[in-house]
Amino acid sequence: MLDVFIKPDFEHWRVAARSLLAAGKPPEAICWIEAGAQETMLPGFTSEATSFAEADTSAPVPKAFLQMADLASCFRESRRWPLLYRVLWRLTHGEPRLLQIVVDDDVYELMQMSKSVRRDAHKMKAFVRFRRLEVNGVEEFIAWHRPDHLIVPHVAPFFADRFAPMRWTILTPDASVSWDTRRLTYGPGVAVSTAPNQDPLEEIWKTYYASIFNPARLNISAMQKEMPQKHWRTLPEATLIPDLIHQAPKRVETMMKQAATQTNEAGDVKPVPATSAKDFLPKHRTLPQLREAAAVCKGCDLYCHATQTVFGQGPNRAKLMLIGEQPGDQEDLAGQPFVGPSGQLLDEALQAADIPRDEVYVTNAVKHFKFEPRGSRRIHAKPSSREVQACRPWLEAEIELVQPSLIVCLGATAAQTLLGAQFRLTKHRGEFLPSDWAPWLLATNHPAAILRVPDPKMRESSRQQFFDDLRLVADKLQGVTI
Amino acid sequence: MEVRVKLAILADAAKYDASCASSGAKRKGNGMGIGNSDGTGICHSYTPDGRCVSLLKILLTNYCIYDCQYCVNRITSDVPRARFTPNEVVQLTLEFYRRNYIEGLFLSSGIIQSTDYTMEQMVAVVRSLREEHFFGGYIHLKAVPGASADLLAAAGKYADRVSANIELPTQPDLDRLAPEKKLTVIEGAMTELRWRVAQSKEDRRKSPKAPAFAPAGQSTQMIVGATPSSDATILTTASRLYRTYQLRRVYYSAFSPIPHKDDRLSQPAPPMLREHRLYQADWLMRFYGFDANEIVTGPQQNLDLTMDPKLAWALQNRGQFPVDVNKAGEHQLLRIPGIGVRNVARILQIRRLRKLRLADLTKLRIPMKRTKPFVITADYNPDALRIDRNDLQTRVITVDRQLGLFDALVSARTGEL
Repeated sequence: MLDVFIKPDFEHWRVAARSLLAAGKPPEAICWIEAGAQETMLPGFTSEATSFAEADTSAPVPKAFLQMADLASCFRESRRWPLLYRVLWRLTHGEPRLLQIVVDDDVYELMQMSKSVRRDAHKMKAFVRFRRLEVNGVEEFIAWHRPDHLIVPHVAPFFADRFAPMRWTILTPDASVSWDTRRLTYGPGVAVSTAPNQDPLEEIWKTYYASIFNPARLNISAMQKEMPQKHWRTLPEATLIPDLIHQAPKRVETMMKQAATQTNEAGDVKPVPATSAKDFLPKHRTLPQLREAAAVCKGCDLYCHATQTVFGQGPNRAKLMLIGEQPGDQEDLAGQPFVGPSGQLLDEALQAADIPRDEVYVTNAVKHFKFEPRGSRRIHAKPSSREVQACRPWLEAEIELVQPSLIVCLGATAAQTLLGAQFRLTKHRGEFLPSDWAPWLLATNHPAAILRVPDPKMRESSRQQFFDDLRLVADKLQGVTI
Repeated sequence: MEVRVKLAILADAAKYDASCASSGAKRKGNGMGIGNSDGTGICHSYTPDGRCVSLLKILLTNYCIYDCQYCVNRITSDVPRARFTPNEVVQLTLEFYRRNYIEGLFLSSGIIQSTDYTMEQMVAVVRSLREEHFFGGYIHLKAVPGASADLLAAAGKYADRVSANIELPTQPDLDRLAPEKKLTVIEGAMTELRWRVAQSKEDRRKSPKAPAFAPAGQSTQMIVGATPSSDATILTTASRLYRTYQLRRVYYSAFSPIPHKDDRLSQPAPPMLREHRLYQADWLMRFYGFDANEIVTGPQQNLDLTMDPKLAWALQNRGQFPVDVNKAGEHQLLRIPGIGVRNVARILQIRRLRKLRLADLTKLRIPMKRTKPFVITADYNPDALRIDRNDLQTRVITVDRQLGLFDALVSARTGEL
């Protein structure tokens, strides 16, 4: 039996193996001993690495073997050296394609070793967490990590490439490595206590980690499989895991409740029967029946403060349908659309275009008045998208029954209700647009908006646009029959 | 608003995008800035939902003018809103990257003002990362369907992967839940990206110095279970997208209950198992030579949840089994339940040198309970002789508990770790 002492790294094994192979030493005749390994066991005994000259061996080995051997040489147990030599021997003694038989016992063991090392290296690339320090005004990044195998020299070049402009150090129990932006320097292993213990950015990172977690998809075993608990102590985010898991069921419950219920004023959770007008639509639909049903609509909260529902008004079938935003103060009191100041302006414009108002169906996107109280006055407030959406079923039902040939949307709210939130009145005002609702659809200024323009000149031009647009509409309606 | 508060809102809003992959682009460090990309992707952490954290996945803003009913950020939802400045995203990405928390950035956004404006804002972030900070890490950028060709071109210039979400499998599904979205517009963006990816690949074959365009290609995401569309419909759409736009991945996302849910969305939450089966079927189409209409057959038009789709196919096509692993062609080997692409390659390699026996298959870590009745090996395999037995199905199925979205919560309550 030949005792071979080697320094435990791939290069030294390779030199020794080549020389032994050239000398024709079979695997069973060699006992591989890691140089330095016995020093601690036997005081006074120093084992020096057996020295080998670079042997000239012409025996070719597949590249795949060298790659696998390079990885397997990082494996923590010393059984890797005889195994590597055994496989090398077989490759060069009549079994050149041995590596392809992955079910062979030696090949299988070698593959398991290199796989285990590859996985460990991958986890090191993933789980090293740098902490930033400032030493004499110079930024340094330091991490402490505990790999399973002796992979520091194997993985260090990856970090050097990735973090080239940074000064960094990775500490492990077996070895340490530093990068000064130009070269790698290796040193001995150190204890965890030598590493810095905090970085203020970790709080932000933990915020991210907690927020990106979806409690509705809890899958603890999948997490643990990929992020074994042994790494948790060096991962700042891992401290959050127990809490996130415990809170998950409650959070999902809340989510589900929020979907179906709403908190009432007393703070208890009560089921809310509806969040849209859909649930108030009558089965049998005619305009009078719709109007009657809409009078008691609670599809959104606007009914709480408005006087009454202001439903559309006009003939059962009409060539032209006008849609505003919502009733105003006077409409709310009268229960009819467009009777206040904006109604007067509308009437003027219709008259100028020679369109009789009683042939037009006039309605609003939202059927209740929304306002903010200012002293004794009620100031118009823009309905929220939620409220517009909740009220939409009424409008859809009206269009379906009236079947207008032309719809005029007064203002952006009405236009966006029918054309989508992307619609811009400033870009497409006064154009006949394609739509699913009627053969033609045109959007123009809302009369109330015209009245609110502060600058008299601008107000006049806005008013002029409105009048012109209605004249266009009148032309289009020429010859249209119901 | 403090960055940390914004981050909480805008990460929470981004978590319904399933993709977090950082693979497909190999790039050395550029020597000037931080970052490289090793080609295989690295998962830097895992959250308790078992999903990997590879990229800083955030929205630029969760304000949105759209009203997609499956989405927590739709205009009618009352979630808290926030908006990052482009520089805040740049700094977060760099600082997280420097501490090795992430592989890079996955940036998406709600639609504000217009599609072009939104896309411009996102491009500004990645342009700054690449051109001002020489950032070499991975970038996945959402393409806003409807954005101009110039902006999509800029997106692909800076990002490793660009993705336009298909969201739902058919136009009627979109009409119902995402009224502002049109399949033609979404696929228009995919078309634009596709030819640019192909063109850049061609240029780089001629000259390696030619600029790369989205070297990790494009992907998309489909939401499963928000509409009643069947698995057959979903897989047909997926296979059409793979073919037409050369997508790298189609992500399937089981519709997850969202806070502030829209009432119009009446479908119950689907089991995550359905999502899992769709991924398995997706793999069968891409790597195993299966056709969408082979995988889903019969009147139900949905995948069998009790077993993987390859096993289900094999049970319905028993006439094609058992298969002799020492003789069958690659195509046939790929269709044996329990044997994956890599093991097929290994079997082909080994059998040139020696015959395979049952024990060898065990060493290849093939699940024997599932596979044994379907294979013939060099040694005696009594199971293979009884391929037509009535109870075959019950014998090969490993009963795994049907994972519902909420079943997992039971284990959560026990605090099992």
